Formats: sequence, structure tokens, C-alpha cells
Amino acid sequence: MNLVSIENLSVRYGANTVLRHVDLTVEPGEIVTIVGPNGSGKTSLLRAIIGATEPAEGQIKIKPGIRIGYAPQRLHFDSTLPITVERFMRLAERVRRQDCATALDAAGVPNLSQRQMSQLSVGQFQRVLLARALINRPEILLLDEATQGLDQPGSAAFYRQIETVRAETGCAVLMISHELHVVMSASDRVVCLNGHVCCEGTPAVVASAPEYRALFGTGTGGALALYRHDHDHDHEAAE
Amino acid sequence: MLDDFMVRATLAGIGVAFAAAPLGCFVVWRRMAYFSDATAHAAMLGVALSLAMQISIVVGSVMVALAMAVTVNLLTWRGYAMDTVLGVLAHSALAFGLVAVSFLSGIRIDLMAYLFGDILAVSRVDLLVIWGGAALVVALIASRWSALLTSTLNEELAYASGLDPRREQLILTLSMAVTVAVAIKVVGVLLIAAMLIIPAAAARNLARTPEAMAMIAAAIGGVSVVAGLRAAYVFDAPAGPSIVCVAALLFAALGLVSWRNQRGT
Repeated sequence: MNLVSIENLSVRYGANTVLRHVDLTVEPGEIVTIVGPNGSGKTSLLRAIIGATEPAEGQIKIKPGIRIGYAPQRLHFDSTLPITVERFMRLAERVRRQDCATALDAAGVPNLSQRQMSQLSVGQFQRVLLARALINRPEILLLDEATQGLDQPGSAAFYRQIETVRAETGCAVLMISHELHVVMSASDRVVCLNGHVCCEGTPAVVASAPEYRALFGTGTGGALALYRHDHDHDHEAAE
Repeated sequence: MLDDFMVRATLAGIGVAFAAAPLGCFVVWRRMAYFSDATAHAAMLGVALSLAMQISIVVGSVMVALAMAVTVNLLTWRGYAMDTVLGVLAHSALAFGLVAVSFLSGIRIDLMAYLFGDILAVSRVDLLVIWGGAALVVALIASRWSALLTSTLNEELAYASGLDPRREQLILTLSMAVTVAVAIKVVGVLLIAAMLIIPAAAARNLARTPEAMAMIAAAIGGVSVVAGLRAAYVFDAPAGPSIVCVAALLFAALGLVSWRNQRGT
């Protein structure tokens, strides 16, 4: 059974339609990445899945009783709010200290539990958010621009961590990114979003799709040029 | 013991300080300092209406403050910016309140008592109302603590944890309405925001966790009440403002200490 299945979803803010007729499914254990330019509705899609935004149309079916791990895009810790990593991790009800340590380990940041959240580096911070998302042993991880503010080696390391987590726990991952060239190797499937689903498929298929190239240009060079230009979605990935 | 007006005043002040401490922390974290001002201004309208309709002032100001809190929530959900909504509502409420008071000819009221409080005139019944309201607020905040904290950190995180941040905001604003209404007698409409914000801001320098910050804020508020009343007695100064002055001095002292520590390390 699909963990998440979205049919014909439209989201509006007032008169402004940000998502039109979006279909999307996530199967167990799958890593799906949503790419798209700013204002393409990526975050609105994720907000709709967690129930923060009401769909104007269509429906979102989520496996009943599913455990969701969510890492938000921006989490601003005001310097007026003193909070240690451990206290932040244990904000949810009934989180044991031991589970907290295990999750920090899994996210690659052991030994941070007594640090103040506001004193973490960007990289440590993102990993603590990942750890918090992992704490209830989720069946699906939702990550919203989890590598924002990281440099390229940092992002690459973060995505390797996600792959490791998936390999160890078997959880599905649905993530938003604007860095397709970094995210590619880790994703099973890429969905290119721009208000609607422009194209989707394996990273190779999406990278070579004209819709994707129209949105992102070929300026990202290198990695993308490896794939032959072939825009028919029915075709297999470029050889 | 309760026959002594100073004892009643001290107890009343401590009751307000306890309710204001956890609430004040949220006011500081969520940057809604202006909201406490707005609620206090609305309470002034409540005072005027209570006098006009000859009902209890606490009941009247709680009602108006609650109505204010609900209106603010409704308007912000409809997309108005928080500071605009507060700017409109707070000052309209204050203006309507002052106009309403001016029509109350025949009743001599001491407006100053409501603007600056009259802690030395706290009666046993007042004391009961203050401690009842404070207990209600502390219990409500304590029972929703984690949910309130999660919603304060991040709206999406709250939704993903199965919470509704709008409900948590409503709980917070309703608690603030109750606190402001019961605190009018103690520090008055003009200074209630100080009782919320200053102890919490001072506690920030000492705390490592949110819970510690709330408890330290309560302690600082309590000390301010006791020392402020004592100072008012010795120097024959107005009681409510003296309490706020002590809190402000504590804020400055703790700020200096923490600044020196940071420079030292």
C-alpha cells in the first residue's frame, strides 16, 4: 500500500492558485525528491501533506496510523528562547533520553545533546532537525529544503546520511530540494514541480526532460550533461 | 494575618507574578509584547463598561479582554498582520473606554487607580480572584506546555506533530486576557505589560531550558513584588510602579552580569 497518495490536488491562497491538479504517490522505502523553482508550490505540497494547508480540490490519502518524521525548512531559534538539543528533541510526548541519543547518532551528530540550539553551526542544526524527525522511528521522512545554507560538500554528506538512514530503517523519504545535481544520486524518483507536475521519473529522465531544462537551464552543466536529451517520459533512463 | 494590608498586597503581587512568569516567557519568545499592551487597553474599556452596567470590574474586564483576544485571533487568521490588528484594536478600545468613562457622570471614579493599580487596597475577595485566576492560568499553561512550545518554535512542526498551532495561540491569548484582567488591581493597565515581559527577559540570562526560564522569571517577579512594596513603604512611593522599577533594576543587573561573563570567556 502507498504511504502517501495524492490525487488531483489543488491548493489556493485566496485568489492565488499555487498548485494545480497534482498527483503524487510515495511507496514504502522509496526516496522521492521534489524539485522546482521558487514559488513552484513545493512547500505548499508538503504543508498540505502534514495538514497545515487545506486542499482546495482533490484529496490526500495517508496510510492510517503512519509515523511521520518531519524536518521544517526554516526553524528560527530566537536567542530569547534558551533550549538544549536534548530538550528540543524531547518536546514530543514520551520520548526517552535513550531514543534521543540513538537518533542523534543516526543523524551523525552524537555528543550534542547538552548544547544550546542557538549555538549550533548550520550543518549541526540541520542534522539535529533530521535527528528529531527520526526520533519516533518514522515510516516516512518529510524534509523541506533540508540542506539550506550548507555548502556542496555539506549537502552531499547530508544526502549520504539520508541514504544511510533509509538503508538502516527502511523508511520512505519525501524531500524538497533545489539542488538537483546533488540530490540526484540519492533519489529513486524525481518530481519536477512548477505549480503542476512538469515531469517525473528517475533522476536521469527528469534531468534530460525539456520541461526541466526550460525551468533550470543547462547552466548546472556537468552532471546533467551526462544524460542524453530524451523528453519522452515513457522511455527508460538514458543509457 | 490577612488583616494587614501589606500582607494582602504582597500575596496579591506574588499571585500575579506567578501567572505572569510562564506567560511572559511566551510573550518574549513569540515577540508579542504589543499584545499584552493591547489586552490591557481593552481591559480599560472593560472597567468603564463594568462601572456603567454596575457589574464586577474583574468580570467586565475579563469579558472585554477575552473578546479582544478572540477578535485578534480571528483577524490574524484572516490574514491581517498582527501588529496592525493590535494597533487598531488596542487604541480603539482605549479610546472607547475613555469616552465611556467620561459619560459616567454621577459616579466618581478614580481613573488613576485603574491606570496604575491600587495594590494597597486589595481586599480578601480581590485576593481570592487574583489567586483563582493565577492558578487557572498556570494550570492551563502547564498542561499545554509542550504543545505551546512546539507551536512557538515552528508552525509546520506543530502540524506535523498533530497539533493545531491556531488553537495553541488561542489558549495563550485567552490566558493573557485572564492575567491582565486580574492584574489590573495590582499594577494597573499601564504597567501590566511590564510584569509580563521584564521578569521573563531578565530570566533569559540565567536559563538553559525553557522550563528554567519560566521558573526563574517567577522568582524574579516574586522578588520584585516583595522588594518593590518594601521600597514603596520606606520611600512613600506609589506601590505598582515601585514593583516595576525593582524588576527593571534586576533586569539591568542580570544583564550586566551575563555581559561580563560573556566577555570573560
